[in-house]
Amino acid sequence: MLAWTVYISFLGVLVLMLLPRGNAPAARWVALITAVAGLLVGGAGYAQFQPGKIQTVTRCSWVPALGLEYHLAADGVSLTLVLLTGLAALGGVLLSWNVEARTKEFFAFYFTLIGGVYGVFLSFDLFLLFVFYEIAIIPKYFLIALWGSTRREYGAMKLVLYSFFGSALVLIGLIALYVVAGARTMNVLELAQHPFPHGFQMWAFPLVFVGFAILAGLWPLHTWAPTGHVAAPTGASMLLAGVVMKLGAYGCLRVAMTLFPEGLEAWKTWVAALAVIGIVYGAMVALVQKDFKFVIGYSSVSHMGFVLLGLVTLNTIGLSGAVLQMFSHGIIAGLLFAVVGRMVYDRTHTRDLPALERLHLSRRMPFAAGTFVIAGMASMGLPGFSGFVAELQVIIGAWQAFPMLAVITGGGILIGVAYTWRALQKAFFGDAAEPAVAPGAEPAAAGDSASGQGLQVVSMPERLGAVLLIGASLLVGLYPQVLLRVIVPSFASPLFDWLRQGGSL
Amino acid sequence: MSYLELLRLAAPETGIVLTALVVLTVDLTSMRGLGLRMRFLVGGLLTLAGCAAAVAWMLVLPVQAPALAGMFVVNPLTQIVKVCLLGLVMAAVLVSLEAGFTRHPAEFLALLLFSSVGMMVLVSAADLLLIFVALELVSLPLYVLAGFDKESRRAAEAALKYFLFGATAAAFLLFGMSLVYGVTGATGLTAIGGVLGGQGVEPLLMVAVGMLTVGFGFKLAVVPFHLWVPDTYQGAPPASAAFIASGSKLACFFIFAKIMLLAFGAERLTGSADARALGGGWVSLLALLAALSMVLGNLAALVQSSVKRLLGCSAVAHAGYLLLGVLAHDESALAAVVYYATTYGLATIGAFGVVDLVEKQAGNDRRQGWVGFSRRAPLAALAMMIFLFSLAGIPPLAGFFGKFYLFAAALKTGGGSGELLWLVVLAVLMSVVSFYYYLKVLKWIYLAPPVDDSAPVASGQPSRMAQCVLLVIALAVIALGCFPNLLVGPLHAAR
Repeated sequence: MLAWTVYISFLGVLVLMLLPRGNAPAARWVALITAVAGLLVGGAGYAQFQPGKIQTVTRCSWVPALGLEYHLAADGVSLTLVLLTGLAALGGVLLSWNVEARTKEFFAFYFTLIGGVYGVFLSFDLFLLFVFYEIAIIPKYFLIALWGSTRREYGAMKLVLYSFFGSALVLIGLIALYVVAGARTMNVLELAQHPFPHGFQMWAFPLVFVGFAILAGLWPLHTWAPTGHVAAPTGASMLLAGVVMKLGAYGCLRVAMTLFPEGLEAWKTWVAALAVIGIVYGAMVALVQKDFKFVIGYSSVSHMGFVLLGLVTLNTIGLSGAVLQMFSHGIIAGLLFAVVGRMVYDRTHTRDLPALERLHLSRRMPFAAGTFVIAGMASMGLPGFSGFVAELQVIIGAWQAFPMLAVITGGGILIGVAYTWRALQKAFFGDAAEPAVAPGAEPAAAGDSASGQGLQVVSMPERLGAVLLIGASLLVGLYPQVLLRVIVPSFASPLFDWLRQGGSL
Repeated sequence: MSYLELLRLAAPETGIVLTALVVLTVDLTSMRGLGLRMRFLVGGLLTLAGCAAAVAWMLVLPVQAPALAGMFVVNPLTQIVKVCLLGLVMAAVLVSLEAGFTRHPAEFLALLLFSSVGMMVLVSAADLLLIFVALELVSLPLYVLAGFDKESRRAAEAALKYFLFGATAAAFLLFGMSLVYGVTGATGLTAIGGVLGGQGVEPLLMVAVGMLTVGFGFKLAVVPFHLWVPDTYQGAPPASAAFIASGSKLACFFIFAKIMLLAFGAERLTGSADARALGGGWVSLLALLAALSMVLGNLAALVQSSVKRLLGCSAVAHAGYLLLGVLAHDESALAAVVYYATTYGLATIGAFGVVDLVEKQAGNDRRQGWVGFSRRAPLAALAMMIFLFSLAGIPPLAGFFGKFYLFAAALKTGGGSGELLWLVVLAVLMSVVSFYYYLKVLKWIYLAPPVDDSAPVASGQPSRMAQCVLLVIALAVIALGCFPNLLVGPLHAAR
């Protein structure tokens, strides 16, 4: 059943490629149907899922000579992230409704990325996981370089080279662990039972963990993220922040942590320290940005720091907080990018905060302002939204594992409030006097010719997309059990045997 | 052994020779009046039919026997390698069908086929003498093919360089072989291995192995014997360059790995400490060459502006990766080498095919020739994307699985103790570098805005047939990547 999330996405790509050129509406509808179908399949998978089980979806031999299998399966963690992917994909399609240039190619690349992401979350064969992981890298380049904005070729190349470098580290680690484990299987469930030699774990763990964590925005290898997010078109930034960064965190959890518990034990303090530096550093840099989208870009680095911190707390509450934070950040970052990239930038053609300050957007675009207020609240971690539950769990987990770092993290949250507040204030509720120009004269903001009359209204697809994401965040915030009931039992599976035996879980 | 038996074993080779003769005769007798394109097409179809018949023969009638006192070995593994070789030949012929560089299509195809026969014999050869003869049979037609575009000065330069380097290499090779014979008194590979297993290592043997490595280094395009590669790839007609880069590489790598495995394999030399030192000697020599090839090939490719030269430099880099498989010196590594060389050859042939299209349209394989290519020929552009990503090793394309298979085989050497770990790490990191320059070409194709002043340079669509051919090769690359078992299964079973 869940395997169809992957197939539907690639089918969508195929259909899109066969569409006649220039038929943008058809491409949009195909995209919408594909995204909805993917989400529905994910939802159905959730409905059927029995918490605590690892549900095999498809399993057949692929390259018998090397013991590689085509093995898709799901546990609670995968399922949560599949749901997130479905939501982010649908939101992204709705907010990319205005892509006019080469629409069908845009959505074809978009769904290649989505298909790869679904595949990663569902793969229980490491070779297969890596194949999907790389499939997700290539479309990012084209999405950013062809449809992006500010310094798009630079941003795209940087992002792709960072991703590729990270996956090169992972590939070295995967080949090495495959050979060390006897070159018989890549099945993660079997490998998780294999006692890897201590010396091997000591270098393989950092290699694989860092390789994946580059994509999760681990400081100091995070620099691809802000430039990439800023250069990307709205739909792609929503996916980048929403799901692609989760690929990295998921890989850390699924591969590096379950296979190399001794390496993890030795290196966890370092990872935690880097994660906390990421939280505080990302927040502080976000505080001084002039470009609205850079604020969100750096906030992603900060929020992903919570995920990495939660992972290495190695207690159930921290781990489930990390997974919940993956979900929560995916939704909220998507929402923030939707407001900044689609609602504001596509209309005003500026993201410069001082310039936006003079536009009084809260009066002209009440819906955008309202959405951003809600998303900002969620991002700050206000109770009632998903971010609160997730970050609280991470901090409680961190308090048990690294009390000192938990305190610093609290400081990071405060800075988070500050930068969100500042961006909100400047972008929407600016009190700077409008430059004293006669109505109809060219205002300061470049390209804002419609300034006098008000901007184009926020369209229906945008509203739907925003409401969808806000709804998801609220639902999880008010009733976290909806996800926690599948996440928490999954840490009891045989995958985490080593961590439990270490007494840490 | 009767000659009839030999004929049965060598039937595919015989069939290819006959095909070459038929192509020549048909063109000479009945096609004088037809247009050049038609002659190429008919000749090409005959060639394809001959190759297909040989492939079918090998697939349907598996035979296994040594012939000529062990000089010529036919077993399932050699049969599979020959099938792969003929597949590459067919792809190269398909790509060259529309090549307008020559007025002598039949001669071109016949030379291609003669060279292929050399490769097939080379694959089956298990004796230094036969190996040398077969290598010359491979090389001589290739020299001519490199200079087949008689109106181009660059092609003449390419051919001359290739010939001079190749002739020197042959001399080294022969010298090395004679030294090996002098030391061991044997020319058969297994016999050499047997003699060496029993006796200690002489310095002369070290010299001999060094000479062999030099000789093969030229053929395999390994640093520091790679200087001819970019020039030849750039100057030769793309169809010839594609063939030089694919078929001869597969055959030469296979036989080189076989020599190292059978005659100088470390396991066979475990008899004495000296012998192990010899194994260690050539292993570290080859490891050094592999590292140099990967680094220099990839770094040189970064700065190329001509795509043909870029493919030449990347060929050097890929030769470095392939040496890892030779270094691993065991049977499963041999299978990985065959898989890698085959898929690499396929992607390279395709890439040269696209380069040919671009050159014909724009007269240039540099940046301005590629700008707007995705709009002029969307299918060919898509095919190029697949070829380049396969060369870069992006899943789910064949190049990725090839890398995984090869690197895993290399790491397995010595039961996972990981002597070659540093080389694998270097290779994977270097493939990140390679990704940059492949992406650069794709950037020209898909992203670069049309240049205004030279806008009318390239116009018109490439023919539908040319695009379809490329698409077929691209599909093969995808299929081998998504279902590696198509090739890995038989290779594994044949060990």
